[in-house]
Amino acid sequence: MSDVAEQATSPMGPGRTYLGPSERVYRRDDTSAVLRLSEAEAAVLAGGPDDPPTGDIADQRMILNMGPSHPSTHGVLRLMLEMEGEAIRRSKAVIGYLHTGMEKTAEDLTYLQGPTNVTRMDYAAPLFSELAFSMAVEQLLGLEVPPRATWIRMLMCELNRVSSHLLFQATNGMDLGAVSMMIYGWREREEVLRFFEKVTGLRMNHNYIRPGGVAADLPDGWQADVRRLLELIPPRLDEYDTLLTGQPIFRGRLQGVGVITPAEALALSTTGPILRSTGYAWDLRRDQPYLAYDEVEFDVIVGTRGDSFDRYAIRQNEIRESLRIVEQILDLMPAGDYRVQDKKVTPPPRARIDESMEALIHHFKIFTEGFHVPQGETYAAVESPRGELGCYLVSDGGPKPYRMHIRGPSFVNLQTLPHLMEGGLIADGVAVISSVDPIMGEVDR
Amino acid sequence: MTDPAAGGPDVAPSSPDDTAAEPAGPTAWGVPVTEAFGQMVLHPPVDRWFETVAACRDDGYVMAIDLTAVDYSAHPGRTDLPGGVRPERFEVVASLLSHATGERVRLRTQVPESDPEVASLFDLYPGTEAMEREAWDLMGVSFSGHPDHTRILMPEDWEGHPLRRDVSMGRIPVQFRDAPPAR
Amino acid sequence: MARLPLIGDVSHVMSDGLEGLDHNFVTARIEDLVKWSRARSCWPATFGLACCALEMMATGAAHYDLARYGMEVFRASPRQADLMIVAGRVSQKMAPILRQIYDQMMEPKWVISMGVCASTGGMFNNYAIVQGVDQVVPVDVYAPGCPPAPETLMHAILTLHDNIQSGELTRRRKASNGGAGIQVQVPDTPGEQPVELGSR
Repeated sequence: MSDVAEQATSPMGPGRTYLGPSERVYRRDDTSAVLRLSEAEAAVLAGGPDDPPTGDIADQRMILNMGPSHPSTHGVLRLMLEMEGEAIRRSKAVIGYLHTGMEKTAEDLTYLQGPTNVTRMDYAAPLFSELAFSMAVEQLLGLEVPPRATWIRMLMCELNRVSSHLLFQATNGMDLGAVSMMIYGWREREEVLRFFEKVTGLRMNHNYIRPGGVAADLPDGWQADVRRLLELIPPRLDEYDTLLTGQPIFRGRLQGVGVITPAEALALSTTGPILRSTGYAWDLRRDQPYLAYDEVEFDVIVGTRGDSFDRYAIRQNEIRESLRIVEQILDLMPAGDYRVQDKKVTPPPRARIDESMEALIHHFKIFTEGFHVPQGETYAAVESPRGELGCYLVSDGGPKPYRMHIRGPSFVNLQTLPHLMEGGLIADGVAVISSVDPIMGEVDR
Repeated sequence: MTDPAAGGPDVAPSSPDDTAAEPAGPTAWGVPVTEAFGQMVLHPPVDRWFETVAACRDDGYVMAIDLTAVDYSAHPGRTDLPGGVRPERFEVVASLLSHATGERVRLRTQVPESDPEVASLFDLYPGTEAMEREAWDLMGVSFSGHPDHTRILMPEDWEGHPLRRDVSMGRIPVQFRDAPPAR
Repeated sequence: MARLPLIGDVSHVMSDGLEGLDHNFVTARIEDLVKWSRARSCWPATFGLACCALEMMATGAAHYDLARYGMEVFRASPRQADLMIVAGRVSQKMAPILRQIYDQMMEPKWVISMGVCASTGGMFNNYAIVQGVDQVVPVDVYAPGCPPAPETLMHAILTLHDNIQSGELTRRRKASNGGAGIQVQVPDTPGEQPVELGSR
């Protein structure tokens, strides 16, 4: 804990004193860790003759291609690694293998259909993308979401954070060789997904958080389901601690691997667990609270060394913090509407369509043409499990967004990969990719 | 860096600068400033893009959160620009964040269609490398001084910039067979 | 021991010898045995692309358990895989790689197109997504859903198993020249130069 004197003089605020060197991320030349080689040039190198087998073997570098179809690259990520023997010197992450044109598609979908599109970007934590989009639309509309809807959103988002971090635990374990961790992580995730299915109707890609509130109210008996999750998951987390956290092999594989200093992380616009692993305490839930995060108590977990073990431990403990928040939500959930009662924005309940002509017309207009959003541009950000997820929305007054840009945290965090992998072995490279936890849907959009 | 007030927003009437049009409203860091939904938005001209961002960075905006481009060719009549800023086809939008004060600032610069080029922010924020590549790839705005000015999302030999408004969605018409008769 | 449970005393089988051929042996076709074993030991290649990949992993995990069908080993190398489950949207950049992985698989091989994005392009009818993976590889079973729940994927897998075991797939493949009407062109030039060992 920094003392008062440090807090007073810290340029960034309390908890963010040590920054460390950052010079290496600014380099543009061959000494940089980023291999700035286009794919065409790499193909030419591949077809050319090899270096003659004279001279110092240690000087010879080889470009090795990893992915995009690879069991350990977390989706369709391609890495061009320039290697000296087994050590990685420079690397480049080639992306675009999952580019779906979602930002272009968003210009063709109404604001009510928008969440179906953005939810498929970060498919491990879909509710966060929906939340960022809905928050941006609500800012443009000037809508105030009712309290119950806000708290329902918070509950679902925190449970989604739990399921996303469990996925990280599973894939991280598997990438390091602890294959049974994959099965355990998915076992817990199933429980959370079952709750999601009960509330939203779908296990993934829910389209639940919509502009104006949420799509449906929580079903009866949801408190019992949430309590069951709160009782089930913490003992299992302790099991994972027994399996992984104290284990020397696991520690040996992760500690000291993929180290980054706070200043480098800031320069590379990194957010989320990677930034927090360097010891820099920045979490949008606490520092720029949205929804009702200023009314619940939770800790922001930071690491000390900026290595992969810190990132693993941060996510493990963030599950516990999220469950702590969920427990508070159980008690604090207000009664009320689950979506704003503005007829121009919220479709009427289906039963009323039979009774009221006005309801029928509103239903028709909202679902065919869509509601119009006033002109303007805004940016709304949330703290997703991977970092700051933002939505920049430009509206021209019509029923469809004029331009929607999602600031995907994984897209920006991937820039740290070359710097994290520099000097490490390929096996460390696998551990590093896993600790960055990219979701390629969000990277490529 | 320790004094966020120095060089920050000053609600002074226009100060004469070298561009032809004199900004007639409030300015901050020497460029016109507006407000959008509680967020401060700066409108630097293209030739002062780098220095304005550098000035913000010196004043505590340590992180470049986002950099993107917008094509306004289908929406020419936008009303949120301050007087004295001439709208162009493209806009490059950068969002910065200050951790000390928790404030965000957004910078929007107008980029003409005839010369879609803007200075790269790599030397200030290396994290903008991928964002600028995406803006080039999808929108066609080039960034001078960028270390790796290649496509990032589309295949390298793709022609065109898909997110531009005059490029079609690329839909394939879907043919539906007649619905089967009700049983 | 000459006593088998439920069958009884079988000591006469050995003593009958070839005279007992008409009542001590059961015959079947090798083809049925081959089809049965192909269906029961179908190893998928890892081709999880997007959201459907998470549901595919969930199907392989403990709750839905593909291991009961002998399929829990997802082989990373296509040479060791029989089944390619295309799970997720296929972008323009990914399509050649999809075809390359499919070509590297050895016969007999099958393809399940999982999810609507792989089957038809799904909700993304635009410049970036291949509208249906059957434009690139021949597909045997289409599993709809966005994403298909693990039960749907298992239904697709079991449909495939039934088709393999009934022989329908092998017959169809032969008739349509591998499906998708794709013609393979043999190049005129000779293949790669062989590497002289010890020269590098």
